[in-house]
Amino acid sequence: MALKIIASMCTGCSACEPECPNVAIREKGGTFIIDPAKCTECEGQFDSPQCIAVCPVDNCIKAA
Amino acid sequence: MSLNTAYVDASSLGRSRQAVSQILEAAAGGCGTTGGEGKASCGTSAGPDDMPAEIWNKVKNHPCYSEEAHHHYARMHVAVAPACNIQCNYCNRKYDCSNESRPGVVSQKLTPEQAVKKVVAVASEIPQMTVLGIAGPGDALANPKKTFDTFRMLQEQAPDIKLCLSTNGLALPELADEICKYNIDHVTITINMVDPAVGEKIYPWIFWNHKRVTGIEAATILHQQQMKGLEMLTERGVLTKINSVLIPGINDEHLIEVNREVKKRGAFLHNIMPLISEPEHGTVFGLTGQRGPSAQELKAVQDACMGGANLMRHCRQCRADAVGLLGEDRSEEFTLDKIDEMQVVYDLDKRKTYQDKVESERQAQHAAKLAALAASSVDDGVDPDMKVLIAVATEGHGKVNQHFGHATEFQIFEVSRGEALFVGHRRVDLYCQGGYGEDETLPSVVSAINDCHAVLVAKIGACPRDELKAAGIEPVDEYAHEFIEKAALSWFGGYRERIAQGVITHQVRGDAQIRQGAYSGAAEQAA
Repeated sequence: MALKIIASMCTGCSACEPECPNVAIREKGGTFIIDPAKCTECEGQFDSPQCIAVCPVDNCIKAA
Repeated sequence: MSLNTAYVDASSLGRSRQAVSQILEAAAGGCGTTGGEGKASCGTSAGPDDMPAEIWNKVKNHPCYSEEAHHHYARMHVAVAPACNIQCNYCNRKYDCSNESRPGVVSQKLTPEQAVKKVVAVASEIPQMTVLGIAGPGDALANPKKTFDTFRMLQEQAPDIKLCLSTNGLALPELADEICKYNIDHVTITINMVDPAVGEKIYPWIFWNHKRVTGIEAATILHQQQMKGLEMLTERGVLTKINSVLIPGINDEHLIEVNREVKKRGAFLHNIMPLISEPEHGTVFGLTGQRGPSAQELKAVQDACMGGANLMRHCRQCRADAVGLLGEDRSEEFTLDKIDEMQVVYDLDKRKTYQDKVESERQAQHAAKLAALAASSVDDGVDPDMKVLIAVATEGHGKVNQHFGHATEFQIFEVSRGEALFVGHRRVDLYCQGGYGEDETLPSVVSAINDCHAVLVAKIGACPRDELKAAGIEPVDEYAHEFIEKAALSWFGGYRERIAQGVITHQVRGDAQIRQGAYSGAAEQAA
């Protein structure tokens, strides 16, 4: 259970990085990646995954 | 500890708060001595006589807050704040092109460390660079750590540079005290509506309290935060500029109400900008075919706001990494690899000496304007209320000093017997490429200044001269290297004289096009 950022759609804006409650997001080569080992899809933490809620590009972040 | 610091700052700012309300009262009573329309830009074009010394000191060398200063002083933006907490239908941050000059566009994102290095390098190279702004490409306050780290480090290295930031206002109330702590005395808030029903058509969603909020609820929260944030900054003596994007059919007439509401809450300046929307920019408005306003539509809304909050009319809607005077962009000279090769010496005395020179030039410009005004008030029998627009080619210093073919923008002045009022600028494609005039670009230059009676230039070739004449725009090069206001008033005096003598008849001009997403000049310098 983890989310994945589609690199080709990522604008590298970094909005998702500080919102992740699990510190699972980091920059890699200008775009951002999610560490699947840390990602919980925010279950039990928030109503919806925080990275998806704040991302300016629709469908950029999907279930891995 | 930090709370104490905030309190100390707030109380010492009390005096400027008083000064802010004084200037607002002055503006409400009509700060221009000429009255009437003179009020329109008193915040922007006013000099030391029109405002308290404390406010004047804050704005006199800030090109965005003083129309007069923008002829002489430069600013830069550093792109350290890419994240945003709201979505606007006129914004698409995925888009980047080095030829483009629009808010939100950048070529290179910077870390706070890189940004400070860049600012110091630019400041030592361009001594008239007096202001650093953080304007995105996202929202400065949606990236508080990056934004405030940059300000803190820069203040240690270059304490004479003024700091400013721009925000959509959503996070403003919680960060207002932090802003005061860093000595930031200019904040720009983008406010496009004061009615959530209008806001709903502009903002599809906001990210608020860990949730994506949409519709009228989103617009309501944003509106409340914007008003609260503005009030808090006014209370703390921070000068605020309100940016509004004019979106025809959505908020055009509504902006008059926005002007009234922000004035009531102490806004120092109101900047009404045309929507930029082309399909290739990939914004929602670009894709749905929402058009931007024409030059006359923009001016009509700006004119309708006269007497309210002071209007800024010299905004260039610049990139989030722009460097230089408003209207020019030297960012390509200061890319990270170029900075690495530069030998940077930050010499405060050298900067001060240069800026003193700029001040004396500015005073000469002011004196020339007063002299020309005195000469132009003679009754010549021609309609005393006649007003015309003229275009001016200038590369700074407040003078008519640019070749027609080298202009990438024209400054527009509304001239009457009592004043030469700056009312805006028009971007154009460069007419001269490699020394040769491009005939295809002339029609686009003409359409950009089609509402003008004359164009004042330092020099102009025979071909464009004839074609401008054919289009009814008089090319004028006899005021080359003179101060703009003096040149404008002198030309207008001559124009009236020719009417009085029956040599010409006065004709009303048509509308003009606002050139969208225009060429910035950066690419040419890089090439």
